[in-house]
Amino acid sequence: MAEAVTFKNMALAKAINESLRRALDSDPKVLIMGEDVGKLGGVFRVTDGLQKDFGESRVIDTPLAESGIVGTAIGLALRGYRPVVEIQFDGFVFPAYDQIVTQLAKMHARSLGKVKLPVVVRIPYGGGIGAVEHHSESPEALFAHVAGLKVVSPSNASDGYWMMQQAIQSDDPVIFFEPKRRYWDKAEVNTEAIPGPLHKAQVVREGTDLTLVAYGPMVKLCQEVADAAAEEGKSLEVLDLRSVSPLDFDSIQASVEKTRRLVVVHEAPVFLGSGAEIAARITERCFYHLEAPVLRVGGYHAPYPPARLEEEYLPGLDRVLDAVDRALAY
Amino acid sequence: MTVESTAARKPRRSAGTKSTAGKRTTAKNAPGTDPELVQLLTPEGERLKNPENATYDKYVADITPDELRGLYRDMVLTRRFDAEATSLQRQGELGLWASLLGQEAAQIGSGRATREDDYVFPTYREHGVAWCRGVDPANLLGMFRGVNNGGWDPNGNNFHLYTIVIGSQTLHATGYAMGIAKDGADSAVIAYFGDGASSQGDVAESFTFSAVYNAPVVFFCQNNQWAISEPTEKQTRVPLYQRAQGYGFPGVRVDGNDVLACLAVTKWALERARNGEGPTLVEAYTYRMGAHTTSDDPTKYRADEERESWEAKDPILRLRRYLEASNHADEGFFAELEAESEALGKRVREAVRAMPDPDRFAIFENVYADGHALVDEERAQFAAYQASFADEGGH
Ligand SMILES: Cc1ncc(C[n+]2csc(CCOP(=O)(O)OP(=O)(O)O)c2C)c(N)n1
Repeated sequence: MAEAVTFKNMALAKAINESLRRALDSDPKVLIMGEDVGKLGGVFRVTDGLQKDFGESRVIDTPLAESGIVGTAIGLALRGYRPVVEIQFDGFVFPAYDQIVTQLAKMHARSLGKVKLPVVVRIPYGGGIGAVEHHSESPEALFAHVAGLKVVSPSNASDGYWMMQQAIQSDDPVIFFEPKRRYWDKAEVNTEAIPGPLHKAQVVREGTDLTLVAYGPMVKLCQEVADAAAEEGKSLEVLDLRSVSPLDFDSIQASVEKTRRLVVVHEAPVFLGSGAEIAARITERCFYHLEAPVLRVGGYHAPYPPARLEEEYLPGLDRVLDAVDRALAY
Repeated sequence: MTVESTAARKPRRSAGTKSTAGKRTTAKNAPGTDPELVQLLTPEGERLKNPENATYDKYVADITPDELRGLYRDMVLTRRFDAEATSLQRQGELGLWASLLGQEAAQIGSGRATREDDYVFPTYREHGVAWCRGVDPANLLGMFRGVNNGGWDPNGNNFHLYTIVIGSQTLHATGYAMGIAKDGADSAVIAYFGDGASSQGDVAESFTFSAVYNAPVVFFCQNNQWAISEPTEKQTRVPLYQRAQGYGFPGVRVDGNDVLACLAVTKWALERARNGEGPTLVEAYTYRMGAHTTSDDPTKYRADEERESWEAKDPILRLRRYLEASNHADEGFFAELEAESEALGKRVREAVRAMPDPDRFAIFENVYADGHALVDEERAQFAAYQASFADEGGH
């Protein structure tokens, strides 16, 4: 079925689909579980066609119960399976939060390393699609704060493909945040050339004046910001973190030592978000290199607003450029 | 799937449950497609009276022609409103719409059973119940348009805000009912949810709490056969109404396309609640005739014939047949209602188009009841940022 072939120009959703297909094909222990993942192929069609090809015992439509989905995935993992579960939307992960935080994250440590829980929890996340409430949130910091979980987010189809392979192969639980507004963005995917490890950040654009750090949905925005800034003669470096936990501070440090300025961009609220951790660590590591305080651009300390206000709430080109200007003005 | 054929059947336990007991693979009708079902009006519009229905029949025994026409009117207007919302979504005026098409009888019957001082906890599809509670239909559209996350004052009509997270509201309903009991009041609470929601831990917990505290709450499950793409079989192996038994309170399955039966059974259940007899689970057996929401594509997972078979059980058609056969309504009534429907559609359309986008500072409103320094700081930063555009002569 899934041969290691080179796929050209694939949308992110399709790339994840192909990656899941490859995993199902190559390891009989891999299972897909979630609401509507079967016939419908998931509400975003990320699991499209998988049940048809692998059957209902590999691609499992579950009852509408998130705690049940993650809790039983833990049990299946204890029995040697590698479940990849889908949470339909970001705001619906919370019924499962208890299982993720109190059980999934801690069992390896509690068992003195005897128990491994290779569970992947896929969560389409973030805003920008004009949805109703609970469909646009970015709760990654809530998970990154919990030891025992890996938290990652691809920004493009190629990473979607490969990071999913790596997440499924990981013996630790991985919370896999998929930027839903980028599902339809296409990119080149080379299914043979294995990229760097799951936790490594990647410079997606070289620059000398300032570093923009982002992950998931904000990487594309930061590339656009860098384009716009280039027209004004500013050279911005863009770093795609790819992983929020662990965080690749070494790559951020290397970039900041070169550019001396850092702006962190994410959709989640700024307060106590991943940008706060980055700002603190980089200030500690690069204090003498920095020409400006580390600035953050993100959501406000407010519930995610109704769709007609989300453009105000979400970081956009202007808001990031404004932060870039402020950082450069020091 | 022969709901109507079961009408005259004696209320015995479902054959489905018995035959599947102890087996690992279950028959495809496992959730019980034809166990006992309270029905007072057949799809052909015949008024059914039999000993099995007597417990409930008395709640509608003295219903007047005027009230019957009222129920009909409620259903027709609700359907018209729903159709308008669907087309407004198609025209780009709404971001999303969750249609109630086919569920009018379940909603109007149960909604009209409530008393003004009762409290209703809906999901996101209870447009007919909202109608019964006096919520302006246009107000239901704000959250689907994306201009707010609510749209009405829940205390204005004792109709809580729509809840999108599946099952959450059943616990709120139970807690509210516990409060009523503590207060020694005789009002009751009704909580709506779907067959899919019945799988959620919150729903199980609300059953436990309501039973243990004898809370005056009616759980009204609209089993519309589907949770997005998943049929009820993916949620349960026993008929849903039978779940109640394990928690220690009664469960009843009612023909959800029969407005009279829904009205009667809900009145009965609410009366139990008021009398201190605790919770009841009502399973309204009905059908989602449309897509789950306007973003769903049911052709991926269900056959057209299924919908067609349910169209024959249309809740509105059946009451019309009864009204006509019993001479409770004449052509004039139907014509007037048609005009009223058109007017409602027009009013809703205009109201939606006139809905302004919210003020951008609304983001920071009501985050806390007491105010919060961080919100104040961010609001000020936001204002300064907005003002920087004004300086440049921007927007
Ligand atoms: C906790 C949670 N998980 C998933 C969803 C996504 N979702 C919205 S509606 C729905 C199906 C609900 O089915 P059911 O409870 O039967 O009610 P219906 O929509 O059919 O009336 C799902 C899975 C959600 N809103 N909340």
